[in-house]
Amino acid sequence: MELKFIIISIISTGIIGVLLGVIIGVVAKAFAVEIDERIEKVEELLPGANCGGCGFAGCSAFAKAVVAEEAAPGQCPVCSGDDVANIASYLGIEAGQGEKMVALVRCSGDISNTVRSLYNGIRDCRSAVVVAGGAKGCDYGCLGFGSCANACPFGAIEMRDGLAVVHPELCVGCENCVATCPKNLIVMVPAAAEVHVYCNSPEKGAAKRQVCKTACIACRKCVKASGEEEHMLVDGFLVKTNYENPPSADLVEASACPTTALRVAGKHAANEYQGVSK
Amino acid sequence: MSELTSEFLVITIGAILVNNFVLSKFLGICPFLGVSKKLDTALGMSGAVIFVMTLASLVSSLINQFLLTRDFVIGGRTMNLQFLQTLVFIVVIASLVQLVEIILQKVSAKLYESLGIFLPLITTNCAVLGCVVLNAKATGPLQSTWYGATIYGFCSAVGFALALVLFSSLREKLDLAQVPKAFEGTAISLVTAGILAMAFLGFSGLV
Repeated sequence: MELKFIIISIISTGIIGVLLGVIIGVVAKAFAVEIDERIEKVEELLPGANCGGCGFAGCSAFAKAVVAEEAAPGQCPVCSGDDVANIASYLGIEAGQGEKMVALVRCSGDISNTVRSLYNGIRDCRSAVVVAGGAKGCDYGCLGFGSCANACPFGAIEMRDGLAVVHPELCVGCENCVATCPKNLIVMVPAAAEVHVYCNSPEKGAAKRQVCKTACIACRKCVKASGEEEHMLVDGFLVKTNYENPPSADLVEASACPTTALRVAGKHAANEYQGVSK
Repeated sequence: MSELTSEFLVITIGAILVNNFVLSKFLGICPFLGVSKKLDTALGMSGAVIFVMTLASLVSSLINQFLLTRDFVIGGRTMNLQFLQTLVFIVVIASLVQLVEIILQKVSAKLYESLGIFLPLITTNCAVLGCVVLNAKATGPLQSTWYGATIYGFCSAVGFALALVLFSSLREKLDLAQVPKAFEGTAISLVTAGILAMAFLGFSGLV
């Protein structure tokens, strides 16, 4: 009698289980959503950093757009050329690769070269800028609390002596830092260009020099050194690199920039410039 | 007031305020602490819990009423399968959530995207199982019927949602507050949850 009871329990539980299993199986077949397997494959080939540099919500959204041919694989700023070529050949479409861009912090004013006042608030640029534009003599320079470095998913920005320094070889060009900087200091420049002016202040040379030893004072030495080539452009009291026609690294030596605002990106990242006041 | 109306009030207001699932029965604490960091996710989870708990109450009470509590006679002794309750309920809830997920994905992609991540979380949620078991144990003339059980499930879930939304709003404010170092994070959340539970004790005389 007891055995019969046990058997009944086992059978009824089994029936319920099998029934539910069959129902789920049937419904899963009937309501199956067709997923393009190429999307999954493309997502695998993507870096999976979800940095948003392509302009989509993340790698899976970008993969969906690539398969739907709404975006080109080359739009991913993180992928190396090989990755992009892999995706393009897998889908049989054009790679559509653009020029590689890297971030540039247009400031060279670290703590030893600038005038600063006391600031005891939250250690974040976006908080610091609320208090009278930040505790730095120069209103246009890097505040040095590293909001951009925190926003960088690739660890390409180093905070050195109160200055954000981009390592171009690590930067993938996702532009997360550009959106973060409250001073709008960071711009995207072609990775091929080596020479940049590390200053962003439009003020007069004398005013800049009072608060920063490494400001660009628009002395035009670099403009003259580049001769007829128009490698450098003068914009008010600030000289800028002409990224349409970038100069070679030799220009920095040839022009002997008196404030060292003109720098070679690789050497700047390696901390080879000290503030020089000639 | 008739007996049915008064019981209706007891299981609706009672489930939402007085015997709140999270704050006085201490069921479903895991999602209560886990998904209450942001109001958005709390709302999504609340929606999913209301959806699943109502449905689970309905299906489980039907199974309980027409299968598990049915008496049958073996060798002169009357028996039923009530002891299988927990097992069957878990299986039923799990497959129900699975079914809902599959159907939702096909029928409404939008709803699936907002509820989708929360549905598997609910599969093994003790609040859902607790609600179903309480329904099975209920002796009141209303709650022991399948529609009464469904009302109770819905109201319990609304109570859960209320607690979750209140708590997540508190936590969003707590993020901005200056909390002593030792209390930061989960510690202050638990203290807050305790105070919230005490506040809900104020409703105890209501029904």
